[in-house]
Amino acid sequence: MNDLPEQKETTLSFEKIKEDILRPMQNHKGLELWIVFLITVIGVCAWAYYVQLRDGLGVTGMRDYVSWGLYIANFVFFVAVSLVGMLISSILGLLRINWITPISRIAEIIAVAFVAVAGLVIVLDMGRPDRVLNVLIHGRFQSPILWDVTVITTYLVISLLLLILPMIPDLAICKNELKKTSPVLKKLYNILSFGYINTPSQHKHLHKMIRTLMVLIVPVGLAIHTVTSWLFAATLRNGWDTTIFGPYFVAGAFVAGSAALIVAMYFFRVSYKLQDYITDVQFDKMGKLMVAVCLVYLYFNLNEFLVPGYKMKTGDDIHLKELFTGNWAIMFWSSQLFGNIIPIMLLVTKKFRKPLPIMIISLFIIAAAWIKRYVIVIPTMLHPHLPIQNVPENFVHYYPSAIEISVTVLSFALALLIITVLAKIFPIIPICETADNEGIDYKIEA
Amino acid sequence: MKEETSNNSRRKFLKSVGLSVGAAGVVSGFSLLGAAKAAAQEPGETVNLLTQDGQLVKVDKNQLRPTVSEPLTELQKRGREGIAGKSFVMVIDLSKCRNARKCMDACQNHHQLRTDQHHINVLQMQDAEHTAPYFMPKPCQHCDNPPCTKVCPVDATFKRQDGIVLIDNERCIGCRFCIAACPYSARIFQWTEPKDAEKYKNLTYNIESNVPQKKGTVSKCLFSADRLREDKLPSCVSSCPNGVYYFGDRNEDAVTNGTSGETVRFTKLIKENAGYTLMEELGTKPRVYYLPPKNRAFEFNGDLLNEENLH
Repeated sequence: MNDLPEQKETTLSFEKIKEDILRPMQNHKGLELWIVFLITVIGVCAWAYYVQLRDGLGVTGMRDYVSWGLYIANFVFFVAVSLVGMLISSILGLLRINWITPISRIAEIIAVAFVAVAGLVIVLDMGRPDRVLNVLIHGRFQSPILWDVTVITTYLVISLLLLILPMIPDLAICKNELKKTSPVLKKLYNILSFGYINTPSQHKHLHKMIRTLMVLIVPVGLAIHTVTSWLFAATLRNGWDTTIFGPYFVAGAFVAGSAALIVAMYFFRVSYKLQDYITDVQFDKMGKLMVAVCLVYLYFNLNEFLVPGYKMKTGDDIHLKELFTGNWAIMFWSSQLFGNIIPIMLLVTKKFRKPLPIMIISLFIIAAAWIKRYVIVIPTMLHPHLPIQNVPENFVHYYPSAIEISVTVLSFALALLIITVLAKIFPIIPICETADNEGIDYKIEA
Repeated sequence: MKEETSNNSRRKFLKSVGLSVGAAGVVSGFSLLGAAKAAAQEPGETVNLLTQDGQLVKVDKNQLRPTVSEPLTELQKRGREGIAGKSFVMVIDLSKCRNARKCMDACQNHHQLRTDQHHINVLQMQDAEHTAPYFMPKPCQHCDNPPCTKVCPVDATFKRQDGIVLIDNERCIGCRFCIAACPYSARIFQWTEPKDAEKYKNLTYNIESNVPQKKGTVSKCLFSADRLREDKLPSCVSSCPNGVYYFGDRNEDAVTNGTSGETVRFTKLIKENAGYTLMEELGTKPRVYYLPPKNRAFEFNGDLLNEENLH
C-alpha cells in the first residue's frame, strides 16, 4: 500500500513513548468504572444462566425444529471477530507492513478475548454442560465438533503466545517503570519479562520465535472459521448444504474482525489519549483494508445467494424466498447493505476513512455482521425438508427468550471485560517496537 | 416374529401379565419391579396398568412378577451391540394410512413422551401443487449412511449391527448437532424435565427404549429395540388398526404386518408395490421403505389447504 503524504511525527522520544503508553495503566478512573460496570452486568446475567441450568434449555426460545438459535449465532460471530488477530498481526506482520505496529497488540487482545469466549458460548449452549468432559473421554474424531474444539484451543494458545512474546521487552520496561503497581502485577511483569534486557542474541531469538508463530497461526486461523462453517455445511439442510461455506465464512470473519478492531482502536485512541500513535494513517489504512475484505465478502455472497437463487431448486426455493422477500428480508438485506455494500461505497472516499466516520461505519458493520450470523443459523432450521406438523405454535417460530438474551449479554460483557483487563495490565501499544520503527535507541535495564 | 393384533392384544396382555409384565409394552418390565416388590408385603391389592392402546386395566399385585432386571452396564453393553444376525427393516403402506395416530399414542406411551414429542409423526404430505395429498407416518429412517451418528462428538448416538440407530442419554452432552444433521427431522430434545420424571427417576436406564428420558439430552425412534429383543414388533407397528406397517428382518427377507399378523416376502412386497425410500437423493440409505399411496382404502380426510391444520 502507498504511503500517505502526511509525514510521521518525529518529535517522539523513548521517554515520551514510555510515559504516554504507561500512563493509562496506572491511573484511569473511567477504565476502572467500566470494569466495575462489566462485572455487575456479568453478575446479573449469570443468574439467567443459573435459571437455564436449573430448568433446562426450555427456558430459551429454542425447540425441536429451531434447535440451534441465538447462542450458535453468537458462537459464529465470536469466532469470526477473533480472526482479526491472524489477519493483522500475522498476515500483515509477515508482509512486514509497518503501519500495523501500534494496532497489532489490540488485534491480538481482541483475538484472545473473542476466541476464549467463543469456546465458552458452546458450553453455554449445551444441554448437559456437566458432561463436557465426555468430549475428551469419548471423543470421536469423525465429528466436526472435535475438530472445532482442537483448532479453537490451538488458536487460543497461539494467540496468547503471540500476545505475550512480542510484549516481553515492554514487560521488562513495565517491571522497571511501574513501581507503584500492585505486588501481583509486579510479579506478573517479572515472570513474563523472562529477564529480557534486549541483548542482540535475545532480540534475535525472540523475533525468530514470533515469526514462527506468525506462520503457524495462519493455517490455524483459517481452520477455526472453516471448521466452524463445516458445523453447518456438513449437514444436508437447505441453506447450509453448500461447498463455499469455508471461504465464505473466512471472508466474512475478516470483515467483522476488522470492524471490531477499528472500533477498539478509536476507543483506545480517545480514552488513552494515543493520538500520536494510533494516527489517522492507521484508520485510513484500515479503511482501505476494509474495502478490500468487503469486496471479497461481497463476491462470496454473490456466489452463495445468486447461484441457488437463479436455479430455485426445491427446498432452496422456500428458504431463499423467505430471505429475499419473506419474513427474513429486512434482516437479510440490512446485513448485506450495512455490512457490505454501503461500507464499500463510503470507504472508497478518503473523508470517510477519518477516525470518527470509519468508527461509526464499523459499528454498523459489526451489527450487520452479527445479524448475518443470525440469518445464517436460524432460517435454515425453520425450513427443514419435511413439513413441521403436530407441534405447538412456539415450535414453528423462533424468538429468543429474555434468558437467552441475558446469557448473550453475559458473553459479550465477558469478552469486553477480558479486553479491558488485558488493556489495563498490559501496554496496549508496543513500546519497544514503536521506538524501533521511529529509529529511537533505547536500553532496558535488568 | 410374534404377531399381535390390536383386537386381542388386551386379552393377551392380561394372560401374559403373570409371565412377563414387559408384554404391556407401555409399562416396561422394570417399572413394575417396584410394584412387584410391594406386592409381597401387601397381598390382595390391585394396581392400575396402562395397556399399549391406552386403556387402564386393574391387575392383582400378586399376579405381577418382575422381568429379569439387567444392571445398567449389561443393558448398555447389549444395547450397543444389537441383535446378532438381524437386519431390521420397516415398510409403511401409505395407501392404508388414514391418520388414526394410534402409532403415535403407543410410541409416546412406550417412550414416556409428551403428546407434542414425536418419535413417529404422521405428516400430511403433498409433493407438488397438483398432486394428491396423503398421510405419511415418519419414524426415524434408521439410515445405513446416517448423517446424525457421523457428527456426534461423543459416540452417544450410533448404529448397531442390526441396523438400528440408538441414542445413549447417559452419554449425550446435548449439543444437538444430530438434530441439525438429520434431514428427516426425526430427533427431539428434552428441553425441560421430561414427562413423569419424578415417577421414573429410580428406574434403571434402558438404552433400547431410551427410558427414563433425561433433561438436556436427545431422544429418537428406536424401532422399539427393547421389544425386538423379546421377539415382539415395535409399538407403533403392533398398535396400527389399519395394516399400515410391516416390520421384519431383511436377512430373512420376511416382514410381518402389525395388524393382520401376516408375514410376507420383503423383496416381493417392495417389488410389487413399487416401494421406495424417502429422499433417496440425499444418500442416507434409509431402512424404512414406503409403498406409494395408490388405490387408497379411503378418502383423504386431511385439510392441507388450511394452514391451521398443519401445525
